Amino acid sequence: MTQTLSRLPALTPPAAELPARAEALRAEVREFLSDERAAGAWTPRSDVWLSGWDEDFTRRLAARGWLGMTIPTEYGGHGASPLDRYVVTEELLAAGAPVAAHWVADRQIGPSLLRHGTEAQRRKYLPGIAAGEVYFGIGMSEPDSGSDLASVRSRATKVDGGWSLSGTKVWTSGGHHAHAFFALVRTSPPEEGKRHSGLSQLIVDLRADGVTIRPIPLLTGAHHFNEVVFDDAFVPDDMVLGEVGSGWGQVTGELAFERSGPERFLSTFPLLAALVGELSGADLGPAGRRELGSLVARLWALRRMSLAVAGSLASGQAPELAAAVVKDLGTRFENEIIDAARLLVSVPPDPGAEGGYARLLADAVLHAPGFTLRGGTNEVLRGIVARGLGLR
Amino acid sequence: MTVPVVDPDLVELAASVFADATDDNLWDTLEQTGLARLAVAEDAGGSGGSLLDLAAVLVEAGAAAAWAPLAETDLACRLAATAGLEVPAGPLTFALDAPLSVDRDTVSGTLARVPWGRSAAAVVALGGGSVVVLDPATATVVEGTNVAEEPRDTLTWSSAAATVAAAPDGAAAEFALRAALSRSLLLAGAARGALTRAVGYAGEREQFGRPIGRFQAIQQQLALAAAEVAAGGAAAESAARVVVRDGITAPTAELAVAAAKVRTGQAATEVARVAHQVHGAIGFTREHDLRLTTTRLWAWRDEDGTDGDWAQRIGDLTLAAGADGLWPLVTA
Ligand SMILES: Cc1cc2nc3c(=O)[nH]c(=O)nc-3n(C[C@H](O)[C@H](O)[C@H](O)COP(=O)(O)OP(=O)(O)OC[C@H]3O[C@@H](n4cnc5c(N)ncnc54)[C@H](O)[C@@H]3O)c2cc1C
Repeated sequence: MTQTLSRLPALTPPAAELPARAEALRAEVREFLSDERAAGAWTPRSDVWLSGWDEDFTRRLAARGWLGMTIPTEYGGHGASPLDRYVVTEELLAAGAPVAAHWVADRQIGPSLLRHGTEAQRRKYLPGIAAGEVYFGIGMSEPDSGSDLASVRSRATKVDGGWSLSGTKVWTSGGHHAHAFFALVRTSPPEEGKRHSGLSQLIVDLRADGVTIRPIPLLTGAHHFNEVVFDDAFVPDDMVLGEVGSGWGQVTGELAFERSGPERFLSTFPLLAALVGELSGADLGPAGRRELGSLVARLWALRRMSLAVAGSLASGQAPELAAAVVKDLGTRFENEIIDAARLLVSVPPDPGAEGGYARLLADAVLHAPGFTLRGGTNEVLRGIVARGLGLR
Repeated sequence: MTVPVVDPDLVELAASVFADATDDNLWDTLEQTGLARLAVAEDAGGSGGSLLDLAAVLVEAGAAAAWAPLAETDLACRLAATAGLEVPAGPLTFALDAPLSVDRDTVSGTLARVPWGRSAAAVVALGGGSVVVLDPATATVVEGTNVAEEPRDTLTWSSAAATVAAAPDGAAAEFALRAALSRSLLLAGAARGALTRAVGYAGEREQFGRPIGRFQAIQQQLALAAAEVAAGGAAAESAARVVVRDGITAPTAELAVAAAKVRTGQAATEVARVAHQVHGAIGFTREHDLRLTTTRLWAWRDEDGTDGDWAQRIGDLTLAAGADGLWPLVTA
């Protein structure tokens, strides 16, 4: 009983190697980070790209030329390759350094402005992003629009010289510190049968009149999430990003940058490193060594996959399926580290500890639900994979 | 930076040979097309291809569940060559940690579970500091199989003639890695083969008036399996590249190969589970071809070092690196 086998689509881009130049850069970043740690500038933490907001640290990175790396020099950036940026970001995350302040701006806002922004918008924001002075949030989700992002209800109505914006965005990470975000809003009713039409991205100044920001405490009580309410907020015409009506395509492009980077499998790496520290002196039997080794094998494989996607993005492709796979596997891996940490070491998590294993474990446990939700849930990602396989 | 690439024509050729040949004529076809000794040097009777060429072909062989000792022949040729020994034409096999007693040029002892032992033209064995080329025709053969019904035979020689040479230092460690790398590539292929079948079946089988692949529960399962196929494939391919870049004796190669064997072993388990679940009862029958890839996934994950063995090796490397050395270990 032989069936004809059709070919599967490529599930990962070809393997990529980092250029020698990027490896030299890695050594510089490591030295910088080890000096920072020696000076006690910060304590390594889990999930730093959500919760480690430290504007001084961000400016020190900028001073080294490690923000806005891929932004052209004419806009204050460094004209470096995305693979150079990859190396810097993975080193920062592995070290558990406080990168939240610049994270969104550096990761997706810079590339989006370069792709869709006007000359004036680029001049307004890019130099500040590269200098570590201008911070962005993400204005996509709403109370009734999560996975079904195209159903957003915030609407912008044309007025003289611009748009009048009403509606509510939620889960805006860092919105209380950020200067602006790109809000995905409806600018006209959807055309018949085309629910992705009529959406636009507006650059919203989060300190403008008519914009109210309220905290939505996380389950820990910490303030990272916000609700952002627009009450007839005025957005001038020159703050429309890209084309009016092309918001959906632009947002999906932005998500490609969001999905396959090292932050999708390194959120709990500092806990894994601490686990190795705890186990190094201990007499770990074969079962424990196997548990640890199998985690490191998963990490090694994930990083190679993520690098392959980065290589493909750098060459101008948009490997949507492969990025979804990395994020699905990577965010589950972040949870597996917690399982192993609990299995192999008998230390209860302690959210009140200053640092160390008990604190890293507590932060990881309490932040874990977010790993497989943010940036598109794992179920939604698997839907993308299923579509890539031709099943839907 | 440019990365070495494999000629797509070679992959096409291999895929078509594996798809079209029967079990009976596959080996002859592999010899005629130069695939049988693809990565063996030309002056040693091979095709002079690279390890990356071989890697790509092994993935295809695994995907097609090819009935041929392709990896074994390559390893046997390499092992003999490191000791300066000649090997005969035809399919070959190899054994590591061989408990043989060597007396000048006669050899005695038993090798258990030798892949394809019954049909190999020669067994190249490494043990006790020697490399030995033996003829299975001079052995007592007790036939056995792995769970995929591939030959895994027990061969006993008593004072049989053999060619013998001293093994170079480090050969045992090197060939354990080479064998694990080949097995990882075969596993990566078999996982892709099983997924390809499952996706195809989900598009054809109808229940409740529609193809089962329209059900989200099936889609989510297949997406999980696809992620495993992707991870196993990326790990095996990357390991081959690290071996080419740094050499098999480099510490980076040890981690890469161990990680590839563990990751493809993990993928094997999940992909076989999903592929069978999606196929329902028909996939659990002898007449259905799904078993060709899934039984190989179950067999191969435990051969050339189980994923547990290699995970333990990585565990040891990790503990030796310590908390501060873990990240440099992973990124080297
Ligand atoms: C830590 C964190 C930070 C975030 N930061 C931001 C931010 O800065 N800006 C921003 O805009 N958003 C942000 N988000 C929101 C995030 O994008 C949403 O949580 C996510 O898109 C899911 O939407 P939801 O939470 O409304 O869940 P829902 O969409 O309501 O989903 C609930 C459950 O239903 C499942 N589900 C939904 N639809 C389907 C389907 N079609 N098939 C199968 N299952 C389905 C989901 O997988 C999930 O398990 C953040 C979220 C987290 C957790």
